[in-house]
Amino acid sequence: MPAVVVQDLVKTFRVAERRPGLLGAMKGLFHREYHTVRALDGVGFSLQPGELVGYIGPNGAGKSTTVKVLAGILVPDSGRCEVLGQVPWQERVRHVRNIGVVFGQRTQLWWDLPVIESFDLLRDIYAVPQVQYAATRDELVALLGLGPLLDTPVRQLSLGQRMRCDIVASLLHRPALLFLDEPTIGLDAVSKLAVRDFLLRLQREQGVTTILTTHDMDDIEALCTRVILINHGSIAFDGTLEALRGRVTQERYLTVEFADGGAWRDEPDVTVVRSNGQRYTLSFDPRQIAAADLIARIAARYPVRDLLVENPPIETIIARLYDEDQP
Amino acid sequence: MADAVRLYTRYIGASLRAQMQYRASFIMNALGHLAITAGEFLSLAALFGRFGNIDGWTLPEVALFYGLVSCAFALCEGVARGFDDFSRTIRNGDFDRLLVRPRSTLLQVAGQELQLLRVGRFLQGLAVLIWSAATLGIAWTLPRILLVLGAVLGGVCLFYGLFVLQATLCFWTVQSLEVMNTLTYGGVETAQFPVTVYRAWFRNIFIYVVPLACVTYFPALAILDRADALGSPTWFQWLAPLVGVGFMALAPQVWHFGVRHYRSTGS
Repeated sequence: MPAVVVQDLVKTFRVAERRPGLLGAMKGLFHREYHTVRALDGVGFSLQPGELVGYIGPNGAGKSTTVKVLAGILVPDSGRCEVLGQVPWQERVRHVRNIGVVFGQRTQLWWDLPVIESFDLLRDIYAVPQVQYAATRDELVALLGLGPLLDTPVRQLSLGQRMRCDIVASLLHRPALLFLDEPTIGLDAVSKLAVRDFLLRLQREQGVTTILTTHDMDDIEALCTRVILINHGSIAFDGTLEALRGRVTQERYLTVEFADGGAWRDEPDVTVVRSNGQRYTLSFDPRQIAAADLIARIAARYPVRDLLVENPPIETIIARLYDEDQP
Repeated sequence: MADAVRLYTRYIGASLRAQMQYRASFIMNALGHLAITAGEFLSLAALFGRFGNIDGWTLPEVALFYGLVSCAFALCEGVARGFDDFSRTIRNGDFDRLLVRPRSTLLQVAGQELQLLRVGRFLQGLAVLIWSAATLGIAWTLPRILLVLGAVLGGVCLFYGLFVLQATLCFWTVQSLEVMNTLTYGGVETAQFPVTVYRAWFRNIFIYVVPLACVTYFPALAILDRADALGSPTWFQWLAPLVGVGFMALAPQVWHFGVRHYRSTGS
């Protein structure tokens, strides 16, 4: 049985029109005009237990609306949705016992209290038996290396430390489904790696089904085999990261650094993506010219110091897919 | 239910420990609060010094009203802080966090904060109440003591209900809360005087709509052993504080209606 099934989910919002200027604002006090926004326009997908899925899309595409429906916060206009065999918006209390939610921008910890006190409070909120709680907490704390921080008030933690504590907090009741909303936003490189490592282990060893929304494509590349892309309220792509690359573009990048005196002349089969001093990034289509042939040609005609072939960054691919999907 | 009470006390404990992180600031704030409200009462006293009495009521008598409503409002502001401050919870999006926890939203908001610094106003109200009783030579029989406690608790309930209603409005708008301030802060100012000094329409609002008179005016008459110019029977004056409890009991229904609206619109 799938952990999550979503079918034809529709959610519209009524948004008050804002009229420009002071006069417009005054008018708006007395008479408002509304227009309807279809935040979700027939979203559908399903997740198997233990999957770690990247849920991506531009701002306002419907990412957080989907997560809010799945988490039982919002009631949709129509459509079917089952999470772990339950309809999220019916019997909210029973549903949310099984899920964990991390909002990257907002902490769920008590700001002025030591970390350990927040954990203890969550034990009581979720009514976790003490023995199970202590075992889960100690295991998570050890995995994320939080032992020395437990007695520190949350307000004194760095963002990276706080995020790791927040992740522990969301897992203390052993949820079967975890929502991570921008869990690496604003983190330093070391903390990002620690968080990613931990999430991979969590998924591999405990089989927690995880939905990750993020703008950080490195998160996606490091963590997710499957990507669901939402745009304008409907699913624009659902598949592996490789398929996503292939669907948008076959292109590769060749970065060349010339020795002194090398100046670029126009070449067939390639276009310059960017240049920086002696360093040029060229895009080419391997169906027109094989990488080996291109390198041989460039090396023969220019004084080359260094060469690198790579895939275009995932951001570029995503940006292109967003464009392609414009109505 | 027992579990809910236990969790509530855990929440309150956490809130108190958090406030104790800022001990100096707490003491300064509580003292400041005491000074401000004391100044408020002194200006009331000055008013009576000028006019002697208002509509046949003397300063010590009005002080009884003042003391009752101040104690009730201070206690309520202390315990209902989560609702009083709810517009911030909505604006921050923190209400979503409450919805993903397996507990009643009312319990979670109620447990958000117990604001200790309101103790300043409470002590000042209590001092005025004691001064009033001593000056008037009220005989403190057990029934009278119970009535004072009942009036204060009824007042706490009534104001609590108002704060829950104010918070509920935030599900629709976080901009129109001034209306509610006229009922809470305005209500406190109004209830410091016997309702008979006001015009009928205004008086009736505070008897029938927002029944503040039931937790100050009517029980105060029974404590003072004074006949009601409005003609209420003595038994009603003794039971009137229960109206405050009833008012609070209605608030959760309205709250749940607001939560349903929030979950369907996601404001």
